[in-house]
Amino acid sequence: MTEVDLLTALPVREFVFFINKGIIAGLIIGSIYALGAVGVTLVFGILRFAHLAHGDMMTTGAFIALVLTALLPGAGALVGLPTAFVLMPIAMALTALLAIVLDRWFYRPLRQANVRPVTIVMASVGVMLMMQGLIRLVFGTGTRPLYVGAKDIYRLPVGDGFIVVTEPQVLLFVFTALCIVALHFFLTRARLGKAMRAVSDNADLARVSGIPTEHVVRATWIIGGALAAAGGTLLALDVTLKPDLSFNILLPIFAAAIVGGIGQPYGAVAGGLVVGFTETLAVFNWAILLRPLKPFLPDWVELPTQLALVPTEYKIVIPFFILVAVLIWRPTGIFRGSVIK
Amino acid sequence: MALLEISGIHAGYGGANILNGVSIAIEAEEIGVIVGPNGAGKSTTLKALFGLLSISKGNVTFEGRDVTNTPPESLVKQGLSFVPQEYNVFPTMSVHENLEMGAYVRRDDFRHLVDQVYGFFPPLKDKRRQPAGELSGGQRQMVAIGRALMTEPRLLLLDEPTAGLSPLFTGEIFERIVAINAAGTGILMVEQNARQALAIAHKGFVLAGGQNRFTGTGQELLDDPEVAKSFLGGEDQP
Repeated sequence: MTEVDLLTALPVREFVFFINKGIIAGLIIGSIYALGAVGVTLVFGILRFAHLAHGDMMTTGAFIALVLTALLPGAGALVGLPTAFVLMPIAMALTALLAIVLDRWFYRPLRQANVRPVTIVMASVGVMLMMQGLIRLVFGTGTRPLYVGAKDIYRLPVGDGFIVVTEPQVLLFVFTALCIVALHFFLTRARLGKAMRAVSDNADLARVSGIPTEHVVRATWIIGGALAAAGGTLLALDVTLKPDLSFNILLPIFAAAIVGGIGQPYGAVAGGLVVGFTETLAVFNWAILLRPLKPFLPDWVELPTQLALVPTEYKIVIPFFILVAVLIWRPTGIFRGSVIK
Repeated sequence: MALLEISGIHAGYGGANILNGVSIAIEAEEIGVIVGPNGAGKSTTLKALFGLLSISKGNVTFEGRDVTNTPPESLVKQGLSFVPQEYNVFPTMSVHENLEMGAYVRRDDFRHLVDQVYGFFPPLKDKRRQPAGELSGGQRQMVAIGRALMTEPRLLLLDEPTAGLSPLFTGEIFERIVAINAAGTGILMVEQNARQALAIAHKGFVLAGGQNRFTGTGQELLDDPEVAKSFLGGEDQP
């Protein structure tokens, strides 16, 4: 065999397919999970309860972006980016405000009454149902696009195939990466960020040191709410916007937070990527990667056309499985967080 | 004017009172030591005066101001600092960050205070980037006291600073407490190692059943045969 033959025999097409459907897809959903899980893990670290309304906070953020897009349709064209993305900072600010208001109305009174954490978790279920109802009441149950017009698609030629990413996907990667770097600097350099870690480490000692807990709580909701709005908007830009957009990914988000070690923001990012990749690779059709072997196999070997670990319809069992596995073998998560009781 | 004056306070958890009229007074730059059997209300006295438990009767004045039932965050700003007995560091934060959190209420440059803490506790300087949770018990106690010193308190409250430490570390911590006091900080501490603590105390208070039993200078209490018989036992004879 000459060198050229060897090169053409390399499964470039299949490799590109794997990059597109495995790596890029995993990175996209993993980034979304990470943005949600960071909020969940911060709220747990500071306020000691599992905030089940977090998914719907993401959806609300995306709908706020939708309303803003309708109000200022020309904003995106000014800078050459999708309108919803350009207006996303406003949606983030409004969702952060909403998170603070929800805390003040529903969670803070319970906190001050010194109830058990599970009572606040139940309150968050109530908030979740209420937000779902309100969204359906205002926007209906239909599906709508958040990305106006045809999506810009970037194709990177590799061999005779293309690695394909769309504009919203690129924005998602870049934005998530920037958020994580910014969060890192905030938590390790800023006075308030360090105070958040202190409250998460030892709330009683933080109080004794004179750290105002309510400021820290407010900062937590601002970060959690803003990241939730960003996650929801970016997800809706990549797919479409519907009222159950993020409620459907609440389970993987909690799985991500727990896998990463609850209360550990970097863990939540890692957990998001772990859950995202596992899910994507579990539904990935591995049969395609076997195809190049066909010429080398005897004729009687029939290659299957479908070879995924889990059929796509059952994707939701993957985070369940990860969650159960982590809770059995390593309940503190990869980054040694607390254990939800 | 006394630095701290606690007059006949009553306090407890829920309905049951643990303190039934405890009085304590110390002057500026003094070391006060509270001793007594388990359940006497020693730690409860510190918690009540630091606003962590509500006082139902009696009052507390600090530098002449009434600070009865004042929340801890405001007491910290007024010059009081408290080191709890347990869970008194931020375990995942570095030694240096622990000290920074102690200085959270101040917005000025506090680098000289960090140096001062490293001066009192030299072993911490080499460990300043290490998470406090990874240190030995004695070093964790140094971080805890260092954290409380970052506000330059006029009165430092210590709840059993030597609990669970080896005799070697206990001696070391007492030495540092004397040094901190010599630098001008008043100290009120609860101690199980009663003899050692009274030996460095300007004032000693023996509590039992939530009330004062004996009050005097550290030396007076050590010399009092009744105190020695009932409260000092023989357990930590030198």
